[in-house]
Amino acid sequence: CSAHLRWELPQWQHEDLSTKKLRLTKPSKSAALHVDLCKATSPADALQYLLQFARKPVEVESVEGVVRILLEHYYKENDASVRLKIASLLGLLSKTAGFSPDCIMDDAINTLQNEKSHQVLAQLLDTLLVIGTKLTENPSVRMRLVEVACKHLTDSSHGVRNKCLQLIGCLGPVEKGVAKEAESQAAKDVQKIIGDHFNDQDPRVRTAAIKAMLQLHERGLKLQQAIYGQACKLLADDYEQVRSAAVQLIWVLSQLYPESIVPIPSSNEEIRLVDDAFGKICHMVSDGSWVVRVQAAKLLGSMQQVSSHFLEQTLDKKLMSDLRRKRTAHERAKELYSSGEFSSGRKWGDDAPKEEIDTGAVNLIESGACGAFVHGLEDEMYEVRIAAVEALCMLAQSSPSFAEKCLDFLVDMFNDEIEEVRLQSIHTMRKISNNITLREDQLDTVLAVLEDSSRDIREALHELLCCTNVSTKEGIHLALVELLKNLTKYPTDRESIWKCLKFLGSRHPTLVLPLVPELLSTHPFFDTPEPDMDDPAYIAVLVLIFNAAKSCPTMPALFSDHTFRHYAYLRDSLSHLVPPLRLPGRKLVSSPVSPSITPHEDPSQQFLHQSLERVYNLQHLDPQGIQELLEFTIRDLQRLGELQSELAGMADFTATYLQCQLLLIKALQEKLWNVAAPLYLKQNALASAAAKQILEETYKMEFMYSGVESRQVVIIHHMRLQAKALQLIVTARTTRGVEPLFGMCEKFLQEVDSFQRCFISELPQMQGSFVDKLLDLMPRLVTSKPSEVVKILQTTLRQSTFLHLPLPEQLHRASANIIEPTGESDNPLRFTSGLVVALDVDATLEHVQDPQGTVKVQVLYPDGQAQLIHPKPADFRNPGPGRHRLITQVYLSHTAWTEPCQIEVRLLLAYNSNRSKAAAKIAKSTWNESPEALPQPENGIEGTIPFSKPVKVYIMPKPARR
Amino acid sequence: MRGTLRRRAGAGRHRRSGVRAGQDVGRSCILVSIAGKNVMLDCGMHMGYNDDRRFPDFSYITQNGRLTDFLDCVIISHFHLDHCGALPYFSEMVGYDGPIYMTHPTKAICPILLEDYRKITVDKKGETNFFTSQMIKDCMKKVVAVHLHQTVQVDEELEIKAYYAGHVLGAAMFQIKVGCESVVYTGDYNMTPDRHLGAAWIDKCRPDLLITESTYATTIRDSKRCRERDFLKKVHETVERGGKVLIPVFALGRAQELCILLETFWERMNLKAPIYFSTGLTEKANHYYKLFITWTNQKIRKTFVQRNMFEFKHIKAFDRAFADNPGPMVVFATPGMLHAGQSLQIFRKWAGNEKNMVIMPGYCVQGTVGHKILSGQRKLEMEGRQIVSLSQFAHGIQGKVAPDSQHLCSPPLLLQLEVKMQVEYMSFSAHADAKGIMQLIRQAEPRNVLLVHGEAKKMEFLKQKIEQEFHVNCYMPANGETTTIFTNPSIPVDISLGLLKRETAIGLLPDAKKPKLMHGTLIMKDNSFRLVSPEQALKELGLAEHQLRFTCRVHIQDPRKEHETVLRVYNHLKGVLKDYSVQHLPDGSITVESILIQATAHSEDQGTKVLLVSWTYQDEELGSYLTSLLKKGLPQSSS
Repeated sequence: CSAHLRWELPQWQHEDLSTKKLRLTKPSKSAALHVDLCKATSPADALQYLLQFARKPVEVESVEGVVRILLEHYYKENDASVRLKIASLLGLLSKTAGFSPDCIMDDAINTLQNEKSHQVLAQLLDTLLVIGTKLTENPSVRMRLVEVACKHLTDSSHGVRNKCLQLIGCLGPVEKGVAKEAESQAAKDVQKIIGDHFNDQDPRVRTAAIKAMLQLHERGLKLQQAIYGQACKLLADDYEQVRSAAVQLIWVLSQLYPESIVPIPSSNEEIRLVDDAFGKICHMVSDGSWVVRVQAAKLLGSMQQVSSHFLEQTLDKKLMSDLRRKRTAHERAKELYSSGEFSSGRKWGDDAPKEEIDTGAVNLIESGACGAFVHGLEDEMYEVRIAAVEALCMLAQSSPSFAEKCLDFLVDMFNDEIEEVRLQSIHTMRKISNNITLREDQLDTVLAVLEDSSRDIREALHELLCCTNVSTKEGIHLALVELLKNLTKYPTDRESIWKCLKFLGSRHPTLVLPLVPELLSTHPFFDTPEPDMDDPAYIAVLVLIFNAAKSCPTMPALFSDHTFRHYAYLRDSLSHLVPPLRLPGRKLVSSPVSPSITPHEDPSQQFLHQSLERVYNLQHLDPQGIQELLEFTIRDLQRLGELQSELAGMADFTATYLQCQLLLIKALQEKLWNVAAPLYLKQNALASAAAKQILEETYKMEFMYSGVESRQVVIIHHMRLQAKALQLIVTARTTRGVEPLFGMCEKFLQEVDSFQRCFISELPQMQGSFVDKLLDLMPRLVTSKPSEVVKILQTTLRQSTFLHLPLPEQLHRASANIIEPTGESDNPLRFTSGLVVALDVDATLEHVQDPQGTVKVQVLYPDGQAQLIHPKPADFRNPGPGRHRLITQVYLSHTAWTEPCQIEVRLLLAYNSNRSKAAAKIAKSTWNESPEALPQPENGIEGTIPFSKPVKVYIMPKPARR
Repeated sequence: MRGTLRRRAGAGRHRRSGVRAGQDVGRSCILVSIAGKNVMLDCGMHMGYNDDRRFPDFSYITQNGRLTDFLDCVIISHFHLDHCGALPYFSEMVGYDGPIYMTHPTKAICPILLEDYRKITVDKKGETNFFTSQMIKDCMKKVVAVHLHQTVQVDEELEIKAYYAGHVLGAAMFQIKVGCESVVYTGDYNMTPDRHLGAAWIDKCRPDLLITESTYATTIRDSKRCRERDFLKKVHETVERGGKVLIPVFALGRAQELCILLETFWERMNLKAPIYFSTGLTEKANHYYKLFITWTNQKIRKTFVQRNMFEFKHIKAFDRAFADNPGPMVVFATPGMLHAGQSLQIFRKWAGNEKNMVIMPGYCVQGTVGHKILSGQRKLEMEGRQIVSLSQFAHGIQGKVAPDSQHLCSPPLLLQLEVKMQVEYMSFSAHADAKGIMQLIRQAEPRNVLLVHGEAKKMEFLKQKIEQEFHVNCYMPANGETTTIFTNPSIPVDISLGLLKRETAIGLLPDAKKPKLMHGTLIMKDNSFRLVSPEQALKELGLAEHQLRFTCRVHIQDPRKEHETVLRVYNHLKGVLKDYSVQHLPDGSITVESILIQATAHSEDQGTKVLLVSWTYQDEELGSYLTSLLKKGLPQSSS
């Protein structure tokens, strides 16, 4: 009854819920309403009461009572607007969760009987619809409601008819059997009833009728083919909503009866229904309303059963000039290409029309699919163009021959004026790239886009080139040249270009082979100077060649000496781009990692586990030995992380953990603690710094890695608990007086308690650990004085064993890299003080979960002032799994400076342990009944972890001129 | 109830000079008489003539009356001189004081072009008897500017409405409507969007007549994208290898499209080479392009909040001295056919270098340098001084011009100019092609189509196609010819709500598509039509209601008593007329609906009963049926 309580007596809410059971009787609410309504002197008053009433929720038990009161007033009420409100309230109340509205259905139907106002009628039907949707399981109720709806279909108001059709659509019988059994009138064919309203005089009703039909289809009724003809007529309707809905209906029918045969009007021929429908929808791509055009273009994509003959027509557009046939630019390009004289400069008259055409044969308005996509892609509205590109993509994916044909058009779209369209077409091309091989002239156009100033476009294009098939060696050369040009123009694209060349090389080894001497500029007789190894362009060339050489054993013979040296260097430094090669005279550097080998058999993985094993096993070494071993292991792990990028997350994670342990051990070194009080100072500094660092590191471990499981979370929390204990000890030894200690001790014990509650299931695995021992001593601790507690803690900390950190399957460290601003500019960003300046920030994020909620931008001013900026959710893009991109603007402002100075911009990962997995567990286990009772800081940020290198930006706020 | 009155909508094409082959299009001026209203559509001049023939012959309209009295309004579709060039002459010199309608951008740009035209004609060629600057100003004062889709009430009956037409900034199609008759005039329009303008659009207004231009009646064009791409690629390549690109353009229209194209490309590709635009007319025009953003295409309209696309970042004003600057550059220069002016000067400077390029974005008339180089001539004979062409002015603005080549002759002082630069041709046209025309017809669903602006042979083809595809009449009148089109207008009649409700209540649901039969009285009074119930009509006219009743006596052989006969009749009728309400009244009579049947014994023969059947004329059908039924006698079995 908590909901009830809150609503009646809100002030009681915070008092003890469990002890006081209140039983409030239900009439209270309805009675109040009744009184209110009776008090109302005018319709306006009554309306006010109802409006106020509608603002508050009604508990399930009293819904029925309230409904009765409302109905009572409904019959008494003369004013239509009040009745309307009552009707809408009935609908609202029926929606109440847990309330079964069958008890009020009869009353609701009865109200329809004498209602004169059309608006109220429509509203009542809406209420019935709500009731009906809540009682869908009951066929007789549905039948009854449909019957009621059919009766009101003859109403003169469009609103009423609209609702009736909606009701029939949502509740009409779908199963054949039921329709036969029931003898009542409503068992009539609902499709027929709805179909009759396709010709209603009001366009809104026509739309509603089509929508109802679609609704029936969605609910699983098989629509009859007979309505196809009617639907086709609706395509010529004057109103766009009707046409838009009709297009959908035709599409549905074409999916239901693709193979049926329909006659072509005014001829004796017949075609498949899906083809006919396809032609009709294609026709709608040149409709007057862009809403309809978008709709039609979208639906075309999903009509995959259409004959290839019709499909190919969509790209066809016969050109003519002065009644003579003309070839399209695409055809000319193709011809030039096949005749081998590509790239001759075009002359005037090159496109001069050729043969005369028969005037009778020219069809200016095609009834069929002709040129639908040509129109769609040239449309004025970019929404239509995008829809057309999407449809093209879907159709091309299912038909290789169509893919080949639509290539020219897609390539053309690369030059659309709207970036979104360009991007979409590049993505589309990538999706169908398995089916296609690019001609040289097409490649040329594609590559021209590499100079685009938008990074998104360029990166999408790189992705596309990764999986493109090129037919000639000139094509490869062209691609390389353009990519290198791209590299010089936009050096930040380096990684993306290398990756692109890696795939380009491995896909076309035979085409790269003849290019090798030229690319490496080797000469049969002369030694050429050794290229600069740090030149990104040279690396790019090498990446291409090495990847091609992987499946082309003859290639290494063409390499010169320094190439081999460079290979060894690159294999080491850019191992993800350079594959292992079988080079003459040397052993394979490392056997290729075939996917069949599980991670456990991987030697580096083994190494990781072995070193961890070593650490965990050596419990009883002397402190010095343990420290050394830990230090070595940490160093090993860090190096391993650098070498093996797949294991970097794992290695870092464990190294951090060991580091924490190391810090703890160092801080607890007995020697220092035994020193007399005045010499604590040094020890304090060390220990408190260690405690602080451990805390930081544990937060990093918990929130910066994706893939951390609860097994690890326990260990991390445990480590944090130890750090807190250490903090307590240090404070106890430095502060005078006991008062502050009381509070701290209590807080610490609370945390131990909550730890126990959170991880109760994991405790058995923590034998001999700090927390294990602590829990044993708990009764003693609670009653002890703070000084006692501190002493116990200190000994427990020393004696406790080192917990084994189990490793999860996959672990990735979140990382961020700020691309923009580069921090290299020497020109300060000048702006007037007091005003704002926008700084563009562009960064890539990897392995960040929920970046919208956690990633923040921090700006540090030279005066120590720090500013935290929350980027908008829309600023994040998701180019691939685990990767995100942040492109946002940061607003800077400051008072005037005398000279330009640098500010620091960095990315932070905000965390909130309440939102973490542990907290979720708490909420679930203990506060399940009323989670809202616990005051939780929603969206609060508990702390932040910097996870990108800071970038310096030179700025200069100038004093405002007077 | 359907009116079948016939009215006449006359549409005449007013004078157009002889059609030359090629892309020659003359002055546009159409006179439409619709339901007694006279509207003049466009008031263009002919570029090819320098005498009286350049303006339409306005005396044709009224033999000797004042134009203002005859014409109800003048509508100008867009600012091209062949659509508005004769306007000051017409309004100020011939004399017209009525309203002139055009869109806001047209009103803004039109006077600039007229002034330019005037300057060249009067100041350069020294013609007299031409309109003055003041006349242009006075003329513009008579102009009423309209918004898109705004219905302007010219007078009580005549209303006009503008639709977007693409083509050039501010170009519009106009719907002219009187009562329920309407005409749509397209002017020039473009059905495919370009880089700065959208596509023409019209709703399903179902006019009685659609007057459409048909310049490209026999052409279906390729996608614009290829052309744009080619153009950009060529410019880009030339600039990359350090060459200079010259693009001769006409000041308005295509020039802006190309500017936007290059501007966005420069922006996209991060290019640095300067782009220049020769100054003068263009600067003013660009100013208006900046102002009328709502008239441009989706992209410009949408990005306008961040940046007005016509605030060119990369395109700067050109100075003579820049032509000699080293390094790559792109220059737009007028005029477009390289026959004079700045474009020719620059061409002469740059022609010698094979790195450079000239791109001709439009058609060139024979005899111009542009035409020569396009047809492949590599050695040009040039006069030592600048060519003075009499037709130079026109061609500042128009793409479709036919200057006479004789004007190009000048005293010889010939220089050989070798053209080493690359010459490219790129056609950008802003007229609807055959498909576009058909598409517009499909959108508007007119009852008749009239083609103007085009060659007879080409129009014939299109006409045939239109008739074939849409099954509507298509006309293509010659100059000066009048076409009369009969319309079938529906006559609106006011119906009283009570009657409507009553009548609709009787039948089934009203069906929009089918005519419906109704009973009522049509009152035609004071030029208005009203359909009212008979009672009300009587009341209004002060007439007493007369009832018309038919009575008929039927003799039946029945020996029984009267009331028994009545009962028999009643049972019989009840059996036959199941769907009607048959009642036996206590006074011994029978009613079938409103028909009364009474039985009396025959005064002479008691065995014969006389049935009196009486019905009003409204029930004539049922009454006569009943009579014939009774005449057949009663069935014997009923006894």
